[in-house]
Amino acid sequence: MSQDLVFGLYIFALATFVGYQVISRVPPLLHTPLMSGTNAISGISLVASLVVAGEHHDRFAAVLGFIAVTAASINVVGGFMITDRMLRMFNKKKAPALAKAGS
Amino acid sequence: MRESLINLAYLVASVLFILCLRGLSSPEQGRRGILLGELGMLIAVVATLFKAEIVSFEWIIAGAILGSLIGTAISLKIPMTQMPERIALSHAFGGLATSLVGIAEFHRMRDMADAAATVVAVAASEHALNRLTMGSLGFEVFLGSLTFTGSLMAFGKLQGFITGAPVTWKGQNVMNFAAFAGVIGLLVYQVIFLTAAPQWMFFTMCAVGFSLGVLAVLPIGGADMPVVISLLNSYAGLAACATGFALRSNILIISGALDGSSGLLLSILMSKAMNRSFANVLFGAFGTGGGAAAALPVGQAAKGYNEATVEDAAAVLTASQSVIVVPGYGMAVSQAQHAVRDLATALEKRGTEVKYAIHPVAGRMPGHMNVLLAEANISYDALFDLEMINDDFARTDAVIVVGANDVVNPGAKTDAASPIFGMPVFNVEQARSVIVLKRSMNTGFSGVDNELFYMPNTMMVLGDAKKTLISLFGAVKGDGH
Repeated sequence: MSQDLVFGLYIFALATFVGYQVISRVPPLLHTPLMSGTNAISGISLVASLVVAGEHHDRFAAVLGFIAVTAASINVVGGFMITDRMLRMFNKKKAPALAKAGS
Repeated sequence: MRESLINLAYLVASVLFILCLRGLSSPEQGRRGILLGELGMLIAVVATLFKAEIVSFEWIIAGAILGSLIGTAISLKIPMTQMPERIALSHAFGGLATSLVGIAEFHRMRDMADAAATVVAVAASEHALNRLTMGSLGFEVFLGSLTFTGSLMAFGKLQGFITGAPVTWKGQNVMNFAAFAGVIGLLVYQVIFLTAAPQWMFFTMCAVGFSLGVLAVLPIGGADMPVVISLLNSYAGLAACATGFALRSNILIISGALDGSSGLLLSILMSKAMNRSFANVLFGAFGTGGGAAAALPVGQAAKGYNEATVEDAAAVLTASQSVIVVPGYGMAVSQAQHAVRDLATALEKRGTEVKYAIHPVAGRMPGHMNVLLAEANISYDALFDLEMINDDFARTDAVIVVGANDVVNPGAKTDAASPIFGMPVFNVEQARSVIVLKRSMNTGFSGVDNELFYMPNTMMVLGDAKKTLISLFGAVKGDGH
């Protein structure tokens, strides 16, 4: 068994554990932003796509890399933007109507 | 030195990603969290551009600009009711990216191995493509392809391009399992024989991944989409993880694990909220199309129900001190969230307390209803989860059910023969009166009839939910002024 595999599994196991701990604290209220947020983060495959698109192996690899960069950028840019757009909408406010009703 | 600095930057980015998710534990910190996530991504991308392997930038720039434009356009334009569709599409993009990276890497490594074989033979080829790389690439491409087509199918079902009802045929599950076993067999062979294995094996694996994505989602009904979307989320994460193993990139492993565990956690929550196992969701083909469930509505159509007019419903509402709104997918379909808010505001002006009961699987994705109500400017401290509000129904004067069906079906508690028996549901029937806004008396997605509609304290107001709500608003506002 290669060292790389064992090393990778270490990171994987610990990251999964941290992920599970952090994510189990997200209230159901925010499950949609959670999903689009993790989706933006998993757009990190952009870094792998960048290498493929930039390493100049041959035309076939470059085209695949180009499509991969495009798809991953859509997720990164779109994912963060829409998560922010959603979070902006979650407001806690005293409904003005309620205040009036009391008077 | 350069490599170490890049890796340090990746470490910083990974920590920022974890902080980003931590921010999502409350709406107040959420936006700051997202800012940290964006910063992490920026650091990771800039660091990557310094990698020695990257020699040309034209494809990168073209792809990044195109992708950013499309991403921005989608996120600015898309209405909140379409969030499940957008999430499904973004899983498809994520799957596509990982799958293509895997194919390109495989292609490059085989070329390198072939070139080396003519010169120094075996040792060099071992270097280019070892067992760990081959195995991870296999998983990456298979999972990526499956996520891509599976998510496109989910998107199609949500959009209505493809029927939301389960599509089934005989031997379906056996066929899918056989294809999956075949992929594992091919992958094992390639891991053992490496470059001695013919290349068609790898591309067959891709092809099976693409087809399995379609085949696996076809038999799953529209109402099960929250689970499917969560599962695809975790597949996309696992595919990114496999990329990390193949490229020895820790940041990919960490981010993939974060995405994977979030998807897994959500799928578990969703399955629990429907009282069904994963296996049942994935292979059960639940929903309209099952003979017994389809036969039910015919037999029960003759049962009497109280059809009420808007005026009747408004009279009940104006006489109520406390009201709970139960939204469902129907609210999203008729885009009625703003009309709900108007009605609630009018009621609150009269001194009525209005709360919202949100079931975990209401809508087509986790948290769907919360986002819609937040969009309509409803304060999030008026939104309550199943456990938090279920005891309040007995003390409530009126419940308004807006396009929800299965989550308010008392049969889930009492009727052991019901397909949704055991699913946790709202105790709406305990309220003094229940107003159900529904398009028609047809059964919902699951094809299960709902006892609630025939109860004496239930008033059925048939018609488009949004129109009904607007007239209700008019009637409530006009009353007593």
